[in-house]
Amino acid sequence: MLIRRKQPGDSAQILPSQITSESVYLNRRTLLQAALATGVAGIGAAWPQPAAAATTPLQFKRNAAYSTDEPQNTYEQITTYNNYYEFGTDKGEPAENSGAFKPAPWTVTVSGEAEVTGKFTFEDLLKPHALEERVYRLRCVEAWSMVIPWVGVPLAAVVKQFKPTSKAKYVAFKTVLRPAEMPGQRYNVLDWPYVEGLRMDEAMNPLALLAVGLYGKSLPNQNGAPLRLVTPWKYGFKGIKSIVEIRFSEKQPPTSWNISAPHEYGFYANVNPNVDHPRWSQARERHIGGGLFNSKVPTRMFNGYEKEVAGLYSGMDLAKNF
Amino acid sequence: MPPTVVVRRYIKPALFVACLVPALLVTLKAFNIGGDLGANAVETVQDTMGQWGLRLLLVTLAITPLRDWFNAPWLVQLRRMLGLFAFFYVAMHFLNWLILDQGLYWSGIVADIAKRPFITIGFLALLMLIALAVTSTNGWMRRLGKRWKKLHRLIYAIVLLGVWHYWWQVKADIREPLLYLSIAVVLLGWRVWKARVKRPPVSVEA
Repeated sequence: MLIRRKQPGDSAQILPSQITSESVYLNRRTLLQAALATGVAGIGAAWPQPAAAATTPLQFKRNAAYSTDEPQNTYEQITTYNNYYEFGTDKGEPAENSGAFKPAPWTVTVSGEAEVTGKFTFEDLLKPHALEERVYRLRCVEAWSMVIPWVGVPLAAVVKQFKPTSKAKYVAFKTVLRPAEMPGQRYNVLDWPYVEGLRMDEAMNPLALLAVGLYGKSLPNQNGAPLRLVTPWKYGFKGIKSIVEIRFSEKQPPTSWNISAPHEYGFYANVNPNVDHPRWSQARERHIGGGLFNSKVPTRMFNGYEKEVAGLYSGMDLAKNF
Repeated sequence: MPPTVVVRRYIKPALFVACLVPALLVTLKAFNIGGDLGANAVETVQDTMGQWGLRLLLVTLAITPLRDWFNAPWLVQLRRMLGLFAFFYVAMHFLNWLILDQGLYWSGIVADIAKRPFITIGFLALLMLIALAVTSTNGWMRRLGKRWKKLHRLIYAIVLLGVWHYWWQVKADIREPLLYLSIAVVLLGWRVWKARVKRPPVSVEA
């Protein structure tokens, strides 16, 4: 048997399985910290959690024109505080329960009012495009926010490759339905699978991003691996995750939260400090990661992307079209 | 049945410490001991305090039924402490909202209490709970006499408002508030049932 000795800088010889994943060493850190703490306090928190599926580094260029220079949230914050009900409704559950999810191989079905339709592998879908990094603000409908460095391709570029016809007024998206891998789908808290949609001109807006990565690495399962939508001027729930279907349609497609509570969540879901959620104010938001002494700050119209997107909605009553 | 001296010397101090554990754990986590408060620390404190407030309200409400089911009158000696701890957690829940969440942003606070029904009912429950906490002393029991018991029946309303407050702010997953509601319904339903059984029977003609 030939044994090849490791050379300095010989990183290609290191198998992905040999690298300690971030979640594992973070867990180890928690364990050590807990071991130092005396008493019962540590036991609950230190219990090892299943390690998340491995992520791989990506090749990309930063798109500075579409990036905010506000301080970014940490990788840990972005990957442990998630709304992804398919893996559970608590913020920590997506990280804990998504270990069994298989984001590869992945196929996306394209249908409806377009010249190019059919099934496309994840790789085929992205091959024609260069990945770019964009640091976007994310504003959740629950009045909290983050700053996240996504890696992805402009949605407009992907849409164009399918040559939508003049009848295509909307584009609809669907999340994968896999109750065996997504424990949250075993309970009908929402009508599974999750569906979302955009008006065609919204989808073509340069801000709309199909994200495949986060912090330079492929998306972790809890953040919507392998492919998700990011529309930073809209509330986070518009950012549908683990997309398996793209459909072009003439009629406005149904959207999951709107089906669940139509008086609370509209089709547009644009970030708007002047239109409150029926049960809470949208005027202010808490930026995640500021610790205990971190009260809410004012929310900006269209989450601060007014210049880029306000034109899409000129003449519309945004209180009615919330 | 444990003698009163055992209840006083051992059981009550042990219960006191047990009731402090959730608050202690949150405090330790705030200093990154035994875990941390997560990405949204203010929300973690808010939820923990609110949940323990509600749980202890239910435990307080369970004392009377437990006393009857297990023929354990000594349990009643624990009720005031449990009720006061429920108040403590609810008060922390409120203060956390006022100071850390809202940052004493008064116009927003007043608007939220007036305009957001789930906050309105939570605030109402808090006001009632304050009345019960203030009148929980022996002195107030004496002064109020028979009216004390009547006043303290407010806990029934407080528990229901508390569950409702929780239910109303959940986005879609109502399983947990439903569990609390079920427990409250059992504890309150048992009281209704007992009151009906106790009532002198109306003469019924055969």
